[in-house]
Amino acid sequence: MARTDAVRSERGRVRRVIVVGGGLAGLMTVIKLCEANVPVLLVSLVPVKRSNSVCAQGGINASVNTKGEGDSPRIHLEETVYGGDFLANQPLVKGMAEAAPGIVELCDRMGVAFNRTPEGLLDFRRFGGSLFHRTAFAGATTGQQLLYALDEQVRRFETADVVDDKGVGVPGEKMVHKLELWDFLGVVRDDNGVAVGIVAQDLRTMRIKAYAGDAVCLATGGSGLVFGRSTNSVICTGTAASAVYQQGAIYANGEFVQVHPTAIPGADKLRLISESARGEGGRVWVPKDAKDKRLPTSIPEKERDYFLERMYPGYGNLVSRDIASRALFQVAFHEGRGIFNAETGENEREVYLDLTHLDRGTLAKKLSGILEIYEKFVGEDPYTQPMRVFPAVHYSMGGLWVDYEADSAGNIVVGSPRNQATNIPGLYAVGEVDYQYHGANRLGANSLLSCLYGGSITGPAVASYREALARSAFDLPGSVFEKAEAAEQEKFDGLLSQNQDAKDAENPFLLHQELGETLLRDCTIERHNDRLVEVLGKLDQLDERLGRSKLSDQSLRMNQSAQFLRHLGNMLVLARVIAQGALNRDECRGAHFKPELEEQGRDDENWLRTTLAVHEERGEVKYIREFDYECAGKPVHVTDAVDTSLVKPRPRRYEQAGAASAEAAKKAES
Amino acid sequence: MAEDDKSTETSAPAASGRKVRLEIRRQDAPDKPRTRRWEEFEVDYLPRMNVISALMQIQKNPVTVDGKEVAPVAWESSCLEEVCGACTMVINGRVRQSCSALVDVIAPKGQTIVLEPMRKFPLVRDLVVDRSRMFESLKRVKAWVEIDGTHALGAGPRQSQEDQEALYPLSRCMTCGCCLEACPQYGEQSEFVGAAALNQVRLFNSHPTGKLQKSQRLETVMGPGGVADCGKAQNCVEVCPVKIPLVDSIQHVARDTSKRLLFGWLLG
Repeated sequence: MARTDAVRSERGRVRRVIVVGGGLAGLMTVIKLCEANVPVLLVSLVPVKRSNSVCAQGGINASVNTKGEGDSPRIHLEETVYGGDFLANQPLVKGMAEAAPGIVELCDRMGVAFNRTPEGLLDFRRFGGSLFHRTAFAGATTGQQLLYALDEQVRRFETADVVDDKGVGVPGEKMVHKLELWDFLGVVRDDNGVAVGIVAQDLRTMRIKAYAGDAVCLATGGSGLVFGRSTNSVICTGTAASAVYQQGAIYANGEFVQVHPTAIPGADKLRLISESARGEGGRVWVPKDAKDKRLPTSIPEKERDYFLERMYPGYGNLVSRDIASRALFQVAFHEGRGIFNAETGENEREVYLDLTHLDRGTLAKKLSGILEIYEKFVGEDPYTQPMRVFPAVHYSMGGLWVDYEADSAGNIVVGSPRNQATNIPGLYAVGEVDYQYHGANRLGANSLLSCLYGGSITGPAVASYREALARSAFDLPGSVFEKAEAAEQEKFDGLLSQNQDAKDAENPFLLHQELGETLLRDCTIERHNDRLVEVLGKLDQLDERLGRSKLSDQSLRMNQSAQFLRHLGNMLVLARVIAQGALNRDECRGAHFKPELEEQGRDDENWLRTTLAVHEERGEVKYIREFDYECAGKPVHVTDAVDTSLVKPRPRRYEQAGAASAEAAKKAES
Repeated sequence: MAEDDKSTETSAPAASGRKVRLEIRRQDAPDKPRTRRWEEFEVDYLPRMNVISALMQIQKNPVTVDGKEVAPVAWESSCLEEVCGACTMVINGRVRQSCSALVDVIAPKGQTIVLEPMRKFPLVRDLVVDRSRMFESLKRVKAWVEIDGTHALGAGPRQSQEDQEALYPLSRCMTCGCCLEACPQYGEQSEFVGAAALNQVRLFNSHPTGKLQKSQRLETVMGPGGVADCGKAQNCVEVCPVKIPLVDSIQHVARDTSKRLLFGWLLG
């Protein structure tokens, strides 16, 4: 950088980069940046220790092959790509699978309380879409334990002094400065369109403030709240992704939304019961007689339909999530064979997830976290009674489009500023908010891994980008930031004052409920084109009603209604990207399933490509096939082609054991 | 998801006519003590409902039982499955997470449910308090393993199943603040770090790598506000939502600090 000091500006300010979001991906990025001596401003909607990563339960994949099954990164790559129905860019999956054992070792060194084998090594269990014991775990609260370990390492950097180029400490400045309980409003862009900072709002005082940053990285997670209720934390509205999408960032594969087969329905949230329950031997079933009134424990084995094992003998209860959810929906909804409720005389939508045949002590050691959740929220004992579960929206495979750079052998070039870069120069994205690791369907226990791997390549990418900067954000005139701040202030004041005198004003919380009901019904497991057209009509209507909404809270102190109204506006924008993308994509692939096109299935000729959505104006999405963007001063041409150079696309057949990988097939034979 | 609108799973759960009554302690801001007040609300009973879904209903119709239109109640929440610690408040006089407070359990006979903010932390608004002091305490006690870096250095230390089973429960602390709310020694006037942070000292001093900084970590809790300030009321362990053996942890740390105090000069 052409300036006197890389760390301290002329005016004495520390030149930081900004990371927004303090879940696993954000924290890993922060740690990597600090190790490269780049000071960070970490901005988070909640104290980072309360981020949504805590909700991940089952574990993290790494083909360490502790069990001597012949597992390898190659098989991990193949199974991940196959599980994602060939929509993931394969070099990234390769990079992730190869880095996985080292990442898990690193977490172990950080002190994560992983379960152990008798020899004192890390224990691994099975997860969906694989025949191997590949998933390391800490009870059934693995996400929480990993998040805590990274939170602790970031806290170390919160106590570490910033040191300038000459090795002199900068008084009062620490490597990480945190702003917790701040809401991201948008990026600040200079005259060339480069991201040079952010505007955010303190949720306690409602003060809006712009911050300069030599680069900005969003690690803001998924958008489950677009569907009303989901397995996500209530903070996962996708508001940050939507805001930058509206500022010109391209959104990719929005239509791919994972519905997890096993969750507990609730009025406020759909609570996940991890796939690890099946990984440890749990079985899914319904009574063969749809009107069977008996308690599940009184129904003999031969009168139970273990339908996943029947339909997919090769993988049984651990078939990939998209397929398991569809099977549950078929049995419980279309065939009306969900659990019979003698009181109402009707079949519920729920099916049994049964662990009662397993050893109580083992369950307590390996799954207590999720079994406690079931016990607490349902009030039944899952050790002795089969759990009752139903599918729920769980994960956004789609997200902000981001780039990567691979060499000719398909290896990721770590340190390339293109890795995890969005099309807005200086803006990066990583974690669930990006789109690129899971294709059309994510395999279980790959999410924690993709966050950590993503973070581990984002840190070096941002550091390289910063190194190549011609002009630091901290040397820009203050007016750039004042202008952005004023624009956001005006928007916020508008939200507070709009429709205050109107008689028939709308309540944003009720609008959100309607949005959720619409998307949940017509845009999840099964999608029909005529229904999707209606969804888009409904979104037009909700957009119009949003303009007529009014806040019953005018306070400038922790005004959660105002914050929610802003998030709702952003959720409606993302909902359109999801629904329109689903309507356009006329095929069945992974989590995207159209019953009318079941026969035709996947259409590689026309649809083996990334959906690229561009925001036009409110209510308009443009889909493009290619574009150019600039990264660290170099032009890059991007198309929607998917890199399938490492694993050739082929039909998915989970009926056969080992279908997901040629190597795995050998294991199935032996 | 459903083909018809009757699907009970996609639409909001149906109300039965039964009502749930809540009495909520409110205050607009810490510098507005005059706004401190009680407000009462009545919402629909829903199957398996918790305190959070009652508060969510108030957002959709923020009207008190007296028919007064008010601002929705402010509260903190995130995961709603008792692993993040955000939604902690005082419910019917007892500190706990509001997500796991099921109406059927806390008000089985339709009793009024009383919600108040925690008292040991500065108020932000209504049920929201500022718990940042807890995170500062984690800095004070050096609650981390001092790794050399994230570069490849191979596997971590081997650990027996027994040791893992002892450490895992200690590592589940959500920094929710229940133990501090219930502690007679902890408060705005006192320097005491409290059970949560002391448990972290034990956790990291028991970890094979963490214990390499054992004496440094012990020293952080040997002075004012340290482990000696514990009054042994044992309330902490009673209210911990994840059942961390906090009293054991405090005793553990107290024993180690005594040893260090007596023999530290010998050990260097």
